[in-house]
Amino acid sequence: MKLIDIIRFAGKAATGYPTRTVLMLLAMAIGVGSVVVLSALGEGARRYVIGEFSALGTNLLIVLPGRSETVGGAPPLLGITPRDLTIADAMALRTSSAIRYIAPISVGAAPVSRAGRERETTILGSTADLYPLRQLEMAAGRFLPPGDPERGEAICVLGHTLKEELFGSAPALGETLRIGDYRYRIIGVLSEKGQSVGLDMSDIVVVPVASAQALFNNPALFRVMIEARDRDAIERARKAVVRIIKERHDGEDDITVITQDAVLATFDRIFAALTLTVAGIAAISLAVAGILIMNVMLIAVSQRTSEVGLLKALGTPGRRIVTLFLAESAILSLIGAALGLVIAALAIWVMSLIFPQFPIAAPLWSLAAAVGVALFTGLVFGVLPARRAARLDPVLSLSRR
Amino acid sequence: MIDLKDIRREFVVGDETVIALRDVDLQIGSGEYLSIMGPSGSGKSTLLNVIGLLDRPDSGEYLLEGESVTTLSDKRQAALRRHKIGFVFQFFHLIPRLSAAENIELPMILAGMDGARRKTRVTEALSAFGLSDRARHRPDQLSGGQRQRVAIARATIMEPHILLADEPTGNLDRHSGQDVVDILEDLNHHGITLIVVTHDPDLGLRAGRRITMVDGAVATDTGTAQSPPAGP
Repeated sequence: MKLIDIIRFAGKAATGYPTRTVLMLLAMAIGVGSVVVLSALGEGARRYVIGEFSALGTNLLIVLPGRSETVGGAPPLLGITPRDLTIADAMALRTSSAIRYIAPISVGAAPVSRAGRERETTILGSTADLYPLRQLEMAAGRFLPPGDPERGEAICVLGHTLKEELFGSAPALGETLRIGDYRYRIIGVLSEKGQSVGLDMSDIVVVPVASAQALFNNPALFRVMIEARDRDAIERARKAVVRIIKERHDGEDDITVITQDAVLATFDRIFAALTLTVAGIAAISLAVAGILIMNVMLIAVSQRTSEVGLLKALGTPGRRIVTLFLAESAILSLIGAALGLVIAALAIWVMSLIFPQFPIAAPLWSLAAAVGVALFTGLVFGVLPARRAARLDPVLSLSRR
Repeated sequence: MIDLKDIRREFVVGDETVIALRDVDLQIGSGEYLSIMGPSGSGKSTLLNVIGLLDRPDSGEYLLEGESVTTLSDKRQAALRRHKIGFVFQFFHLIPRLSAAENIELPMILAGMDGARRKTRVTEALSAFGLSDRARHRPDQLSGGQRQRVAIARATIMEPHILLADEPTGNLDRHSGQDVVDILEDLNHHGITLIVVTHDPDLGLRAGRRITMVDGAVATDTGTAQSPPAGP
């Protein structure tokens, strides 16, 4: 028997009983559809988080004071508090050729007032390098000028929301603002860039880092943000940072360097695992579809008992009868899987219309996996009915109408 | 051509063993027209199924055209059924979703014949059995006589040497029954070995050689002497 004839015969058998065929296709389509849609959601979440992290800047390293790792060994006799990171420490990093920008950061909150309006606001102390590093944009004026970071000028840059709240539509450039006990001249307003990972850049005041330290009366930096020259330089930059700071801190290795790559890789792994888990849960529905296929094929075999008997009388060996019934369940699974992909594509399209900012997309592997699993379950669950058909006694099956 | 030696077939029904064939010895020559009659449960259908390789005897030997077929594998037996044996059933056993032409084509599809040859043979068979205008009809759109003609066309499309008919007129009115008998006898005149199992004495008495079975054994056999000469 030729392959094309096997397919045609099995296809005719499938279309010969429309109700059960439609039910089977529906079960398979729902199974495949849910696998694809759920993994697309997982993939979308992954892309969303990675997109957010990339908005932070590229090739980024963050230096934190203190070590976050616990190292074994006897506890120190005297409690060791980590040495502060200072502006001088940050500036010492300039010697490394792997580093492009260095932005020491000091953060605190202080009351900001102007003409009777007062508001508690986040104050961010930094240098001119923060501008390219965080990929900021100006709505008006300019950012902090480059210069000696140890010198605290009384100038500030306002976030977009804060400017609206304090000045409304009136121009703010050149005006003065009171932060804590000091007066600052406004030299720029940031454009609406929105939030990126935890810090709302539109609701802050940016001042020179030395000014912030004076304001909070604290010479320690909150952290130092560093941009490496390029992707390959990240590791060199990390090593340089650790080495330089260690030298300056009397050989004490008391900082933690987080690279953006490492953070991204961690999130990547978390979301990949999450996507797989969700897809795995959806795959249960494929197994259910497989059991339905088995059920329906068993009914098909008992409905077609005399047909099987006839096929045997016409000289079809048992093996060929197995092939015919397996071909039928394979065809049904494949068509069901194709329908499932169409349903999934529609669902993803609708979701992308409703949530345009969420980057939902079905990963290719999920398409292949869903169709593969569908075909596999169709065949596996088709074996039992097909074998039952092949074992039918032709004499008994032909003795009835 | 068909040589049965000491064929025995037993069935277990509940805890009782029923002997369907009791050491049957039977030789059937090529081109014979044989009828097998007998009461229900006399083993005549079982004998037909053993001859048609649908049933395996529990003991004894069956030589088909000189070859022992009793112990052949399922696959080899299927091949013999495909090429040497045709079946006609009381209930026609047409596949309901296939048209008359597709039902006739089925054995050739199963044998892996190529499409063009199948088409010409089906067309020939349809016209030979007076079914040309019914080719696209499904079985439920055909009369009983037409269905049985489709079934005979299907049974003979592979040009078998042996045609086995189990109550071929059992579900037909007198007129279409006569029609079917004429077709079967005509095939026999053209050389096919025809074996008919029937309850109907009118049909049974037409055969050149008549066997009656009682209780799993051959009771009477008119013998080959009276068989009409094979072929035209």
